[in-house]
Amino acid sequence: MTTMWTTKVRRATIEKIDPQDALPDNQPSYVASWIYVFGVATLAALVVIIASGFVLTSKGATWWHTSSVGHYWNSVHLWAVELFFVFMVVHLWGKFWMAAWRGRRFQTWVTGTFCFLGSLATAFTGYLIQGDFDSQWIATQAKDGLNSVGIGSFFNTLNSGQALLLHVALLPFVVGIIVVWHIILVRKNGVVPPLDAKEIAGGGK
Amino acid sequence: MSKERNVDLAKWSGPKRPYDLIKELVIALVVVTLLIGACAAIFSSPDERAVTLQQWSQTAPSDFVATTTGELAGTTISAAYGPPYNNAAEGLKLGPLKLQKWSGVTIPVNPSSDFVLTPLKSSIDPDVATARATWLSASTDQQTKWAQDYAAAIETAGDASKVTVDATFGPVPVLANGLLHLAQEGSLDGLLTTEVTPLPGDFTMPMLFLADGGYFDELGATKHLHGDQWGMMNETGSYPGQSWLWMFSFLYQIEPFKSSENADSEIFAMLMLLTLGFVFMPKLPFINRLPRLIPFHRLIWRRYYRDNNL
Ligand code: HEM
Repeated sequence: MTTMWTTKVRRATIEKIDPQDALPDNQPSYVASWIYVFGVATLAALVVIIASGFVLTSKGATWWHTSSVGHYWNSVHLWAVELFFVFMVVHLWGKFWMAAWRGRRFQTWVTGTFCFLGSLATAFTGYLIQGDFDSQWIATQAKDGLNSVGIGSFFNTLNSGQALLLHVALLPFVVGIIVVWHIILVRKNGVVPPLDAKEIAGGGK
Repeated sequence: MSKERNVDLAKWSGPKRPYDLIKELVIALVVVTLLIGACAAIFSSPDERAVTLQQWSQTAPSDFVATTTGELAGTTISAAYGPPYNNAAEGLKLGPLKLQKWSGVTIPVNPSSDFVLTPLKSSIDPDVATARATWLSASTDQQTKWAQDYAAAIETAGDASKVTVDATFGPVPVLANGLLHLAQEGSLDGLLTTEVTPLPGDFTMPMLFLADGGYFDELGATKHLHGDQWGMMNETGSYPGQSWLWMFSFLYQIEPFKSSENADSEIFAMLMLLTLGFVFMPKLPFINRLPRLIPFHRLIWRRYYRDNNL
């Protein structure tokens, strides 16, 4: 047994990955349904969210109020988020009705729910930093809910600076990591077979 | 479904078909980008200007004066709030749990001094300075009585400008009108945000003050943003808003939450419970059998079922 940390890490990670699993050029025959599009569409919308977010970030938080180009990028960011959630919800209901947690895919489901919850928090902070009436309203309304259970003592919705940093740095970073983890698990486990797929001999991985 | 089947655990050894993952990803990206770009061009996004204290004081001066008086009397929402702003109340409970109280005063706000008396130091009106000194040297009981009497007089008259000012209100009318002038000329907005640094990022003070008044609340109502109007998930204008908060919003519309004093904390707890249920859905008895009982999956995998005569 090696005692080298590097060797251990290599064995536990990249040596475990079969290139055919990571970037497959074929899939089981049952992977033929419109439902599979929604996971990828969610991912694509996330890419657009991040890209438009980069543009808005590079110009600063107030740019979009004064520039028509800025306003368009803000609209792109908003609609990317709306579609992202639509795709994600279809994806998640699809996975529910497929009982896609079978065969030790529970962790995939759980990371998926964390993607959802993390996205909620990120979207919420996004609404807080628009710098318009909407943010003022949402911030004053939401504070009571958060204060009532003690969260308000460390997350102050009226502190736009805090919300801004959470929205552009901390939360996207966290969501990004969870999404990557979710997708690694999907690739590692392979796509779940249909509920009535014929039982085969052997098994286990 | 608790027992795992080999076919679900094993690597698939049945028939396969060619699948170009990267191509699918690129196509999805292009299509989704175009779709989003089109939505953005067609529907745009709302951008309704934020409200300032200046706007409030100019548009609804009487409401401003009444709210200022309320801050001095200690009767406004924020003056009577409790944690995390002050100790004026215990805050909401969750059964026996006093989470709001236990979390402590981490964002100290003393409305009468923070919103009114401290900003008034910047007033150049000598009468205001005198009124401030009179207020500060009076007993708490006396202060409260002055402010409450003035608040009652405004309420009776229906408008602050119609109140006949006399000595029963002590320095309160001068203080309230002094603050009104600071707000109308635009300096109060800055005074309430730049206490810590001239490069503000924290709007706790002006927003709490603004939300104490009736003006801001009415603006929200006219834009259909109130909680009982499903406002939590609405946005200004006709935009979809945070539709994913429907469950959150829904709970506020139903009993027992609707009429509960502790609605905020109870609904929060309820949501935590539902969230837990969501995360552990695959482990929930009955729920995890639904996909079998209601066979949508036959539709999803209809080609597989057809090809295999299942
Ligand atoms: C940021 C949000 C999300 C992204 C970007 C995402 C992305 C993906 C992708 C690309 C796949 C593989 C393709 C497919 O099967 O559709 C997948 C699979 C999966 N996702 Fe998600 N997902 C997200 C959220 C969720 C949520 C909220 C859930 C459920 C609570 C979930 C549960 C699953 C499961 C169980 C699988 C495995 C399906 C299988 O083996 O067939 N995902 N996800």
